[in-house]
Amino acid sequence: MTVKKANTSSINRRTALLGMGASAGALASAGVLPGTMGFAQAQSSAPIKIGFQKHATGIGAAYGRWYGATTDAAVKRINDMGGINGRPVEIVTEDDGTDPGRGAEVLEKFANQHGCDIAFGTLFSHVVIGSAPRAAELKLPYFVVSEGHHVASGMLNRYTLQPGITDVKSQVISMAPFVAQNLGKKVTMIYPDFAFGHDHRDFFSEAIEAQGGEVVAKIAIPPTETSFTRYFPSIPRETEVIYHVMVGPAVLTFVKEMGEFFGPNRPELFGFIDSLEAVDIQSSGLEFLEGTYFWEGMPRHAQADQSAYDKTYRAAVGVDDRGASLADGADVSTFAHMFGCWETLNIIKKGMESAGYQGPHDRAKLIEAVEAMTDMPESEDHPQGAKRFNGKTHQTFGKQFISQVTDGKLVCVHTASIEDGLYEDEVDYTTQSF
Amino acid sequence: MEFGPHLMLAALEGAVISAILVLTAMGLSIVFGVMRVVNVAHGEFFMLGAVLTWFVATTIGGHPALGFVAALLIAPVLVGCLAAFADRLILKRINYDPDRTIVATIGMLYIIQQTTLMTFGPEARPVPPPFNTRLSLPWFEWGEEGFALFWPWGLSITTYKLFVIAAAATVLVGLWVLLTKTKIGLIMRATQQDSETAQAFGVPVGRVYSWVFGLGAGLAALGAVLVVPIQQAHYLMGGDPLLLAFIVVIIGGLGSLPGTVIAALLIGMSDGIISVFFSPTLAKIIATLLVAMVLVFRPQGLLGKKPS
Repeated sequence: MTVKKANTSSINRRTALLGMGASAGALASAGVLPGTMGFAQAQSSAPIKIGFQKHATGIGAAYGRWYGATTDAAVKRINDMGGINGRPVEIVTEDDGTDPGRGAEVLEKFANQHGCDIAFGTLFSHVVIGSAPRAAELKLPYFVVSEGHHVASGMLNRYTLQPGITDVKSQVISMAPFVAQNLGKKVTMIYPDFAFGHDHRDFFSEAIEAQGGEVVAKIAIPPTETSFTRYFPSIPRETEVIYHVMVGPAVLTFVKEMGEFFGPNRPELFGFIDSLEAVDIQSSGLEFLEGTYFWEGMPRHAQADQSAYDKTYRAAVGVDDRGASLADGADVSTFAHMFGCWETLNIIKKGMESAGYQGPHDRAKLIEAVEAMTDMPESEDHPQGAKRFNGKTHQTFGKQFISQVTDGKLVCVHTASIEDGLYEDEVDYTTQSF
Repeated sequence: MEFGPHLMLAALEGAVISAILVLTAMGLSIVFGVMRVVNVAHGEFFMLGAVLTWFVATTIGGHPALGFVAALLIAPVLVGCLAAFADRLILKRINYDPDRTIVATIGMLYIIQQTTLMTFGPEARPVPPPFNTRLSLPWFEWGEEGFALFWPWGLSITTYKLFVIAAAATVLVGLWVLLTKTKIGLIMRATQQDSETAQAFGVPVGRVYSWVFGLGAGLAALGAVLVVPIQQAHYLMGGDPLLLAFIVVIIGGLGSLPGTVIAALLIGMSDGIISVFFSPTLAKIIATLLVAMVLVFRPQGLLGKKPS
C-alpha cells in the first residue's frame, strides 16, 4: 500500500484507509481473522456437536423448515434418553441457501469454526453433490437425507452416507410395476432439471421399459420456474400416464396449472408427493387430483392401520393426522421426507455408541460402525418402517407407499417391500481409505 | 399438440405475460423519464405488492373476491407510500445523483428483500383467485366432412387470466389519461422536460419526485396483485420482473411511454411464443440479445429521443 502511495497520486490516504477497512470487514465476515475461530477440541463431557446443513432459504426452504422441526424433535428425544455416550447432543444450524457453493462453505464452518463432530441433514441433490467432496477433504462424516442416487452410484466418497432414506433409483424401481400394470404404458415424465430430476428420468425410463412400457416424452423444468402452462403443450397426445415430480417454491402453481391445462379429460396422473410437499391437498384448484396416485415416502395422512410408532413420531414432531402443524392446520409439513432426519439421527446415535465415539479422532470408527449396520426393525427409532442398510454403497432401503387421493385424503393403496426396490451394488466404499 | 392450437395457446400465455409486464415496465419508465433515476429496487416493490396481497387476503378471509378487491385497493397504495417515503429519506438526500441512486436502490433492494425474508418467511404462499373458470377454446379443421370445430387437449384459458389482460389495459388507459389530460400529468411532463424551469414556474419538483417514485412502485405492486393468484407470493419473485422490465424499457426507449407499451407487447408475446414452442431459456436469451442489438444500433430505443 505505502509503496503504491509513494508512486501514484491516484491513491491517497483516505482511499487507502477505506480499502483496508473494507477488506478487513470482508475478511472478518468470511471468518478468516483470528478470534473468530472456534475451539480446537471439545472436552469429553462437552456436547456432541452435529452440524445441520439447513435449506433455510432458497428453493428448498419449505423442506428446510420441516427438516429443522424434525431434527429438533429427534434431538430432544435423544437427549431426554440420556444423550449419546452420556454426552448431550447439540445441533449447530447453518443456512446453505439451497446452493451447492454455499453448502461446501457451510461444511467448512462446521469443521473449522464450530468444531462439529459430523455434518448432517442435506436434502437437495445438487447441494449434496457440491458439498460431499469438501466433506471428504475435511474428513468430516456427512450424513445426508437426500434421496438422490449419487451416494449409491459411487459418485461421492467414504465420508458421505445416506442411512435414513431410500434413494430415487430404488423408489422408482418399486413404483414402475404398479404404474405399468394399473395406469398405462405410455408415460410422459415431467421432472425438475437438476441431478434429482435426472435420477428420476434415467431410472424410471429404464424401469418402465423393463415392464414393457415406454416414456414418450421427457419434460425438464428448471426448479426455479414459476409459470408452467408453457411446458404442457409438449405432452404428446398418445400419453396414457403423466409421471410428475416437481420441487421448488412454485409446486402448487405447477399442479394447479396442470389441472387447468387438462380440464375434464386428463390422462392418468402418477406423481411423486414432492410435487405437493408442504402444500395442502385440499387447496383450491387441486380438486382435479381426486382419484390420482402419489408416491409417498411415508403416508402424510394417518392411515387406518397406523402404527403406534407413527403416532408417537407425529406427536413428537408436532404434526396432526393430516400431516399439518398442530399449531396451524394450514401449515402442511414435508411429511414424506422429513422422517429421514429422525431416523438418521437415531442411526448416528447407534453408530457413535457402538464405535465408542469420543471426539473427532474417532470419526473413521464411526463410519465403520455405521457401515457394519444391516437390518433395522420398525420401531420408535424407525417409525417409517424397517430399513436395510448396505454398508458397501452407504445407502439404505425401505418400504415405499402409493396413495390414491380419495375424498381429499391420501389413502395408501399399495406398499412396495424392501425387496421390490433392491438393485445391484454399483460401488464398494469400504475399499476406499479414510 | 397441433400447430394451430399450440400457437393460439402460446399467444394467450404471451398476452398474460405482456399485461403484467407492461404495468411493471411502465412504473420503471415513468420513474426514469421524470426523475432520471434507474430504480434497481423496482422488482422488490413488485414483490412487496404480492406479499401484501397475501397478507390482506388472509387477514380479511371470507370469499376470495373480498380479499382480492381489498388488496387491489390497499397494496399498491401502501407500496406507493413506502416508495415515496424512501424517496424522501434516501434519494432526495443524495440529490438524485445518477451513480449514487443506483447504489442506493441496490441497497433498498436488499433491505426490502431481506426484511420480507425475516418477516414473511421463505415459503411461497398462494392467494386464491376471486374467480377462476376454465374456458375450453375450440379450434377448427378442414376434415373429410368439411369445416368442423373441435376442442383440442389443453387449449384453454381461465376467466381470471382474461381479467388480468383487461385490467392491465384499463390501467394503461387510465395512466394515459392521467399523463396527457390532467394537471398532474402536465406537471409531471413539465418536470420531465426541464425540472429547473418547472421549479422556476412554481412546480414543487421535490414533491413531484416523491409522487412519481410512489406511482412507479405502485404500478409494479398493482401488476403483482394481478399476478399473485396465478403465481404465488415469494420473497425472491422480484428478480424476473426487474430483468424483463429493464429489457422492455431499454428496447422501448427509457422514458418513452408508447415505446414501453410496444416493447412490453413485443417481449411478452415473444416470451410466451418462444417459450411454448422452444424453451423459456431460449426466450430469455433472445430478449437479452435484442437488448444488445438495440443498444448497439439504436441506443435511444425504439421510440426514445436522441439526447440533444
